[in-house]
Amino acid sequence: MSAGAARWSREAMAAKVARDIPEGAVVNLGIGMPTLVGAHFGAAREVVLHSENGLVGMGPPAAPGHEDLDLINASRVPVTLLPGGAYFHHADSFAMIRGGHIDYCVLGAFQVSVGGDLANWHTGEPGAIPAVGGAMDLASGARQVYAMMEHLTKAGESKIVESLTYPVTALACVDRIYTDLAVLDVTPRGLRVREVVEGMSIGELRRLTGVPLLKAEASG
Amino acid sequence: MIDKTVPTLEAALAGIADGATVLVGGFGPSGAPNELIDALLAQGARELTIVSNHAGNGDSGLAALLAAGRVRRIVCSFPRHKDSYVFDRLFKAGRIELELVPQGTLAERLRAAGAGVPAFYTPTGYGTALAEGKETRTIDGRPCVLEHALRGDVALVRADRADRWGNLVYRKAARNFGPVMATAARLTIAQVREIVPLGALDPEAIVTPGLYVSRVWQLDAARAAAA
Repeated sequence: MSAGAARWSREAMAAKVARDIPEGAVVNLGIGMPTLVGAHFGAAREVVLHSENGLVGMGPPAAPGHEDLDLINASRVPVTLLPGGAYFHHADSFAMIRGGHIDYCVLGAFQVSVGGDLANWHTGEPGAIPAVGGAMDLASGARQVYAMMEHLTKAGESKIVESLTYPVTALACVDRIYTDLAVLDVTPRGLRVREVVEGMSIGELRRLTGVPLLKAEASG
Repeated sequence: MIDKTVPTLEAALAGIADGATVLVGGFGPSGAPNELIDALLAQGARELTIVSNHAGNGDSGLAALLAAGRVRRIVCSFPRHKDSYVFDRLFKAGRIELELVPQGTLAERLRAAGAGVPAFYTPTGYGTALAEGKETRTIDGRPCVLEHALRGDVALVRADRADRWGNLVYRKAARNFGPVMATAARLTIAQVREIVPLGALDPEAIVTPGLYVSRVWQLDAARAAAA
């Protein structure tokens, strides 16, 4: 990336994701960067948060002194339940996920391929202890999967790739990618740029990404 | 008269054999049956297979059971955690076998065992390392993986309240794996905060009907007896 080029902050990325999720949607926010999205829905909107450990209608994190270890989210953070919320067991929780009852899932990613394959559960490094949690269920089960990640690795390599080099979480599951440089839709014809960071040309984004990118369709 | 309540942890854990498959409820600190796990350590069964969402944290509970060398194999979805050092050390030393299962597949394999379904096809995991060697089949255009029911000899669960028939209600998100594990084992042992008289639990709100439960131990029984 050229020196001084703008990048969206993680909070700015989270705000874009929150903006794109409609009122009334049932949403699961994965661990890591996606948890930032929750704070951007705002009190005026009703978006229903699902947590795979068995609650829907999840509210904000518990206030200090009011934590209850029987009421935590999937990242083990003490949370709250909003009026209208419900508890259920794990098999029901994942039936909701596989059964297509979760409208949107926002997941962190190591890599996303041009075809929407997702890698986010394991680096595949020798000796690394694998842990999958609900990543595969969410990626293959949610109706819309939004991936959120930095566009480039620390070494400057694109995390958007022709084909994954990290272990697969689910094939052809990602619908949209939010990075610190762009928002891209996964389409049958390839990746289409919805939005690019201020001051960056599509040509520069293509050069950094290293895969073909379609221009956004002209719209208002 | 049916009375599934037991007065002591020794009675609760009696008869668990070496080599048993033990289902352990809980998601992190939520719903973990810690007193039952400690009692399993004291009971002494060895060569256990543990089925749990995670592989223990810190030095207590599941981690203590692992550290004592009682567990040969663990079936779980998320063994790695910032304080899972006991598991990490055993795994890296090749002293514990790990079967890693996607969390929803873990729950559904338990549910299937309890529901008498020997196996099922699921899209989760297709095309991944966790489906290697498993049968696959495309159903309605969707490639799926065959997953088998996961049955336990014993289930250890934590609930909030019970009656002497073994009916259980849970508290908040501590419910997690408890209800499915209770259905999936031959011997289900529940630790609860309170045992109430038969009929005191609202039948509309009972989550685990007593037929799934073999023994109930009240966490505060010892303290209540001393009072």
